[in-house]
Amino acid sequence: MASRRYRIGEDPDYVPIGRRLLMLNWTLVMLIAALAGIGFAMLYSAANGSFEPWAERQMMRFAVGAALMIVIAVTDIRVWLKLAYFSYFVALILLIGVEIKGDIGMGAQRWINLGFFQLQPSELMKISLVLALARYFHGLTVEETGRIPLLVPPLLMVLAPAALVLRQPDLGTALLLMAGGGVIFWLAGVRVWKFALILGAALAIIPIGWQFLRDYQKNRVLTFLNPENDPLGAGYHITQSKIALGSGGLFGKGYMLGSQSHLNFLPEKQTDFIFTMLGEEFGLVGGLALLLLYTMVIMYGYVIALRCRNQFGRLVAIGITSTFFLYVFINIAMVMGLIPVVGVPLPLVSYGGTVMMTILVSFGLLMSVSIHRDIRISRQGNDDGRQ
Amino acid sequence: MFTRRALMLGAGQGVLLTGLAARMYYLQVMESDRYRVLADENRISHRLLPPPRGLITDRFGAPVAVNRQNYHIMIVREQAQDVRRTLEILDQIIELGPDTIERVERDVARRRSFVPVTVRDNLTWEEVARVGVNAPDLPGLIIDAGRSRDYPEGPHLAHTLGYVAAVSEKELTGDPLLELPGFRIGKNGIEKIYDLALRGSAGTSQVEVNALGRVIRELDREEGDSGSTVVMTLDLELQRYANQRLSRKESASAVVMDIHNGEVLAMASHPTYDPNAFTNGISHKLWNSLVNNEYSPLSNKAITGTYAPGSTFKMCVALAGLEAGVVTANQRFFCPGHLDLGNARFHCWKRGGHGWVDMHDSMKHSCDVYYYEISQKIGIDRIAAMANKLGLGELTGIDLPNERSGLIPTKDWKEIQLGKRWQGGETLISSIGQGYVLATPLQLATMVARIASGKAVKPHLTRDHVTPEGITSRQNEEFPELQVNRANLARIRDGMNGVTNELRGTAHRSRIDIKGMEMAGKTGTSQVRRITMRERQTTGVLDNDELPWKYRDHALFVAFAPVDNPRYACAVVVDHGGSGSGIAAPIARDILLKAQELKSARPGISAANIASTAELLHPALRDRDEEEG
Repeated sequence: MASRRYRIGEDPDYVPIGRRLLMLNWTLVMLIAALAGIGFAMLYSAANGSFEPWAERQMMRFAVGAALMIVIAVTDIRVWLKLAYFSYFVALILLIGVEIKGDIGMGAQRWINLGFFQLQPSELMKISLVLALARYFHGLTVEETGRIPLLVPPLLMVLAPAALVLRQPDLGTALLLMAGGGVIFWLAGVRVWKFALILGAALAIIPIGWQFLRDYQKNRVLTFLNPENDPLGAGYHITQSKIALGSGGLFGKGYMLGSQSHLNFLPEKQTDFIFTMLGEEFGLVGGLALLLLYTMVIMYGYVIALRCRNQFGRLVAIGITSTFFLYVFINIAMVMGLIPVVGVPLPLVSYGGTVMMTILVSFGLLMSVSIHRDIRISRQGNDDGRQ
Repeated sequence: MFTRRALMLGAGQGVLLTGLAARMYYLQVMESDRYRVLADENRISHRLLPPPRGLITDRFGAPVAVNRQNYHIMIVREQAQDVRRTLEILDQIIELGPDTIERVERDVARRRSFVPVTVRDNLTWEEVARVGVNAPDLPGLIIDAGRSRDYPEGPHLAHTLGYVAAVSEKELTGDPLLELPGFRIGKNGIEKIYDLALRGSAGTSQVEVNALGRVIRELDREEGDSGSTVVMTLDLELQRYANQRLSRKESASAVVMDIHNGEVLAMASHPTYDPNAFTNGISHKLWNSLVNNEYSPLSNKAITGTYAPGSTFKMCVALAGLEAGVVTANQRFFCPGHLDLGNARFHCWKRGGHGWVDMHDSMKHSCDVYYYEISQKIGIDRIAAMANKLGLGELTGIDLPNERSGLIPTKDWKEIQLGKRWQGGETLISSIGQGYVLATPLQLATMVARIASGKAVKPHLTRDHVTPEGITSRQNEEFPELQVNRANLARIRDGMNGVTNELRGTAHRSRIDIKGMEMAGKTGTSQVRRITMRERQTTGVLDNDELPWKYRDHALFVAFAPVDNPRYACAVVVDHGGSGSGIAAPIARDILLKAQELKSARPGISAANIASTAELLHPALRDRDEEEG
C-alpha cells in the first residue's frame, strides 16, 4: 500500500479533542486522585496536623502534575513516538551533566540545579528509557527480535543510563531502569534463554568485579546486603519501621496517633517510609486497602496494554505499569524489611516533587496509549501505519 | 505471544504483591504483640522520683535535720531566643558574674536545645521574687524548686548527725536512685548509719519521650515513700549547753547518758563544723582547713578519741580487787610517795605521799601507790577482765560509724601484738590508767553508768531501733545485770562521792551544792609524755604551762548524779587541758547540773508526745517553707 501523508484534518484516525477528553480513563484518574489523597492525609499527619510543610506543597504539585498528565494523555501517541529517541538523548546528556557537575544531596549526586527547579535527570530517564526501548522494538519484527546483533543497541540503551545512575550512587533507580528495560525486552519477545544468559553473565562478573572495588565500596555493598551490620544507619531505619508496622496491628493506632512516627523514631516518615506511617496509624486494614488501590491501578495498566493495537503503545503501557509496580513493590518490601534499604519512594503518596511529576507524566503517556489504542503505526514510526 | 507474556508478567507481579500482603499480615497480626512492646519501650521512659529524706529530731521532736526548698534557676535554649542577652539581663537582677555566664553558654551549646541547663543554685527567696517579677524580660528561664538537706542547728550536732553529700563512684550499689544527679546520701553520723531508712523508696514517673529523648508528656506517676523519721535520744538544749561549755577549750569532748536505758542525752566534740557546708559540695579551701586543723574538728572525739584514762581507771582496779577478794574496803596501804619494783621506782602524783590510805581515801585523794599495791596482788589480766565488764576495751556498739574500741592490755595481748613478755611494772602503770590503756570518752561514761546502775548498760543515740524494714521500739528494753557484787559497787560509788563531796576530795571545789542533785565523780590527769628521771632530778616535773600544747596532760573527769538515786552519767575529756580536777571537773559539774535542771523544768517525754511532734513536723515545715517561698 502506497504510503501517503495525511494532514491533520485528513487523518482517518484523527479524533477531536473533546472526544479524546471523553475517552480519557476517568476511573484511572479517580484511582490516582485517591492515592494522592491518601498521600495528602498522611503528609498532614506527618506534620502533626499541619498542611505545612508538606501536604500543601504536595497538593500544588499534584494539581500541576495532573493537568500535565491530561495534556499528555490527549496528545497524539505518534507525537510521543517521534520524541522517544530525542527525549532519551536529552535525558542521557543530562545524566552525564550530573556526573560532571551535579549538586550533592543526601550523599549522592542526583540533581541539576536549574535555579528555579531541582532537575533529577534519573527520573526523566525512567520515562525516556521506556519510550526509547518501545520505539526501538516497535521497529522490529518478531524474527528480527530473535537476532542477537539487533539486541545490542537496546542493551546499551539500558546499561548506559543504569551505569551512570549507579555512579551517583542511586542503586534503587538503577535497578528500576534495568528491571523496566528487562520487562520491555521480555514483552518484545526476546527468548527466555537469552535472559538466562545475561543473568548468568552478570553473576559471573560479580566476583571478578568485586576485586576491583575499593574497601569503602565493598563496605557499602556489604551494608546494603546486610543492614543489621549498621544498626545506627540503615539497620536502624528498618528496625524502627518494622516496630511501627507491627505495633500498628490489625486496625492501627488511629489517624495522627502513631507514636513511632510522631515521636520521630521513624526517620524520613514523609518520604520513603510513609507506608510505615500509614501501616502504624491504620493497621493491616489500611495497608491492604492501599495495596488494593495500587493493584487496581496496575491491573488497569495491563488492560490498557492488552487492548492497545500498536506495538509501541503496548510496550509503553507495560513498561510504565511495570515501573510503577516496581516502585510500589520495592518501597513496601523495603519498609517491611524484605529487601535491603534502597531509596525508592511510594508513588503518588511519598512527598517529593520530581517523583510526583514523573509518575503523573508516565500516567499521561499510559492514558495516551489508551485513548489512541486503535491507531495503527508503521514500523518506521510513520503515521500511515496501515501495513 | 505479547498477550501470553504480559499475562505471565502480570501473574508474577500479582504473586509479589500477594507476598507483600502476607508479610504485612505476619508483621501486623502474628508479630504484633512483640512490636507493640518494642514500640512502648521506645516511647515510654521511666524516670525515678527521689523521695524526700527522712527527718531527724531530738528526743522531744525538735527538728535537727530537715529538707529545705532549694530554688534554682535554669535556662532552655529553644525558649530563650538569645541566651546571651537573657543571661545579661539576669546578671543585672541577680549577680551571676562572667564565669557563670560563660559556663552556662558552654553548657547550653553542648546540650540539646530543649534540655534545661542550671544557671544558679540556692537562690534566696528574695532573688526568686526578683526573677519572678522580671520574668517577661527573661524568656527561657525556669525557676525550679528542689529539696536540699538543712541542719538548722548548724555545728551543734555535726558530729552525731553527720552530713549528706553527693554519691561517689565507690558507693554505687546498683540502686538506681544513687545514680540520679543531685542525689545525696549520708556520709557520717546518724545520716550515714541510718541512711537506708532515711532514704525512703523512690517513686517513678512514666513519661513519653521522642526519639531525641525529649519529654512529650507524663503518662503515669507513682510517688515513692519518704524516708523514716529518726528520733534521737539527744536533748537539744543539753547538747547546745555542752557545746557551749566546751567551746572555751581548744579541743574537748563530753558525753552525758541516762544510766538506766543507755540513752545518750548529749555528745559533744569540740571544735566542730557546719554540716550544711557539705550538702552542696564543700569547697577545697574549707575542706583543707578542716582536715589540716590541729584540733581535728571533723572527728567526733567522744567516740574516736582514745585517751589514757589516768586515774579515772582506778575504779576498775579497785572493783577488780574487791571482786577478787584480795583486798577489802577497809584495808590500808602505806603511801610514801613511791613504790619500788626491782630497780624501778614508781611515783605517786603527790611527792610526799599520802601515808596510810584505805580504798575510800585512795579514790578521794587519787593515791597512786594504793593501786600499785592492789594491781600487784591481782595482776593485769583480772584488771582487764573487770575493765571489759565495765565496757572498756571493746566497742560500745553505739549507733554511729567509726567508733574506736580503745585498748585494755593483757599479757596475751602483749605477746601476740608486740611479741614481748609482760613486765610487772607495766601492771603498775596500767593500774593508774597509763601505759597501754586507752579509752574513749563514751566508754568512760558507759563505765560510770555501769558502776552507778549495776547493769550492763549500752549507749545508743536513737529512741528506737531503725532499720530499712521499719522502726521498733527500744522501750522496756532491759540490760542484763553486771554480775558484780552490789555491795562492792556501792563501795566504789562511796569513793567517788568522797572525791566531790568531802573536804579535800580532789574535785571538792567542783561539787554540786544543791540538795538532791549532788554528783559523785573521779578526776583523771593523764600524761601524754614520758617524764624522765633526768627531768625529775634537774628541773623537777615541768608544769603544763611550760610545755607546748600537745605535750600537756589530758584533763579527764567522770561522774554520775544524783548521788542518792543516780540517773545521769557523764564523762568529760579536755585534750591537753591540764589537770582533771581543775579543768575537766567544773565542766562535768555544769553539764550534770544542767541535765538535772532541765529534767525538773520539763515534763518527761512520752511516746505520744514524740509521735505527735514527728507527725506534725512535715506539715509544719511545709508551712514554714511556704511562708518563705
